[in-house]
Amino acid sequence: MLKILKYSFYDLIRSRWSYVYFLFYLVLGFVLLFLNNDVSKAVITLMNVIIVLVPLIGTIFGVMYYYNSREFTELLLAQPIDRNSIFMGQYFGVAGSLTLSLVLGLGTPFVLYGLFRSNAIFDFSLLLVTGAFLTFIFVGLSFVIAISNENKIKGFGYAVLIWLFLAVVYDGLFLMSLILFEEYPLDTFSLVATMLNPIDLSRILILLKLDISALLGYTGAIFKKFFGTDLGFFISIATLFMWTLLPILGLRYKAQKKDF
Amino acid sequence: MTIEIKELHKQFGKNRVLKGIDLTIEQGRIYAILGPNGSGKTTLIKSILGMVIPDKGHISVLGRTIKKDWKYRKEIDYLPQIANFPPNIKVKELIYMIKDLRNYPSTEGELIDIFGLEPYLDKKLSALSGGTKQKVNIVVAFMFDSPLIILDEPTTGLDPMALIRLKELIRKEKALGKTILITSHIMQFVEEMADDILYLLEGEIYFKGNIRELLEQTGQPDFEHAIAALTTTGNHA
Repeated sequence: MLKILKYSFYDLIRSRWSYVYFLFYLVLGFVLLFLNNDVSKAVITLMNVIIVLVPLIGTIFGVMYYYNSREFTELLLAQPIDRNSIFMGQYFGVAGSLTLSLVLGLGTPFVLYGLFRSNAIFDFSLLLVTGAFLTFIFVGLSFVIAISNENKIKGFGYAVLIWLFLAVVYDGLFLMSLILFEEYPLDTFSLVATMLNPIDLSRILILLKLDISALLGYTGAIFKKFFGTDLGFFISIATLFMWTLLPILGLRYKAQKKDF
Repeated sequence: MTIEIKELHKQFGKNRVLKGIDLTIEQGRIYAILGPNGSGKTTLIKSILGMVIPDKGHISVLGRTIKKDWKYRKEIDYLPQIANFPPNIKVKELIYMIKDLRNYPSTEGELIDIFGLEPYLDKKLSALSGGTKQKVNIVVAFMFDSPLIILDEPTTGLDPMALIRLKELIRKEKALGKTILITSHIMQFVEEMADDILYLLEGEIYFKGNIRELLEQTGQPDFEHAIAALTTTGNHA
């Protein structure tokens, strides 16, 4: 698996898109720092960007990589290599290189700005950790979708729909149900609903740590009340792990059964 | 025997591609797997390689059952039908990568000379023409010394010179006692190379035997017409 990972990783690291992605974060980081002139504020703005953009990029890269490397996958399948190793290697290669672009792209401007001397270093690392989780989750989801759909257009469509649903529609439905059922106790409901969406969960995770009540909103308040910050943090991280694990297991299951 | 297949069934959706294939492949011979488009040739080959998972049936390669195993593929060299490699890597990196993945001694230097690929080694795979890609494909497939070689449409896109070299290469491998399976639509190539013909029609083995037997059975003057006759009688049956 490590060899496949290495080659997928190198293949991606050398593609133009990895640089574009890296440069985008680099520019974003510098611009935000320049505009906000404050590491903590930049972290909050960045969060809003990362929470939506990282999943989208993960989804699109995942689907594109899977379909583009189909023939190569077939070549590998004919080699004496276990199927699981091939797909796991590719998955970690894509997710790993995207995470690297994210960490280096955002890390460089912040380090240059004096992150290590600022007390926002923990918040910033948390931001990168959630970014990494979201990358792994959405690359995983997109791989599962791609492996289940022979038709590229369909696969691409479903993957983008999943992103759209989790990033945008889900929140809308959530808010609507809160308004609709406002006479009922909704604490447990909003907790569960947040857990079920990795994007919402990441948002809460960062907000809980940033400790800014203005941005916390309803869900965050409940999280804080129920779990206290430390337990909430732990449960959020555990749930993100679950979210990462599920697509990986799905991918392994699909890979074992698929005909090429 | 090198490959043994019993009662192999495979269905894609409603399309039954293989309907109970029984087959034994003996060592040291060249087998041509023929049949009209969609007759199940590639599915059969991919089942042997473990890329397609059969619904029913048993396959063993060199005495080992292949179900849920992958190590037996160490004994197989495979040339896929369409050579489409990762676009961002160079030819020599691809060769190095496959070598690294398989981790055996290989003879790529000799093959690169034979097919004149030296000037292309530093080029990216996306920059190669179809024929050159196929040559790279051939080098990758032939560079290991495995007892079983499977070639899916090996002649695609090759120029006459490369075709001659390919034929020499196949003969050389056969002389070493290797078993070779070929699919091709170029009848002249098959006639020249194959010891045995396996003719697939609608997911079943419609004919198995050598060219002489085929000519006798169909009563046709030459190989190309004999194959064509098989296709038409098959359609009537």
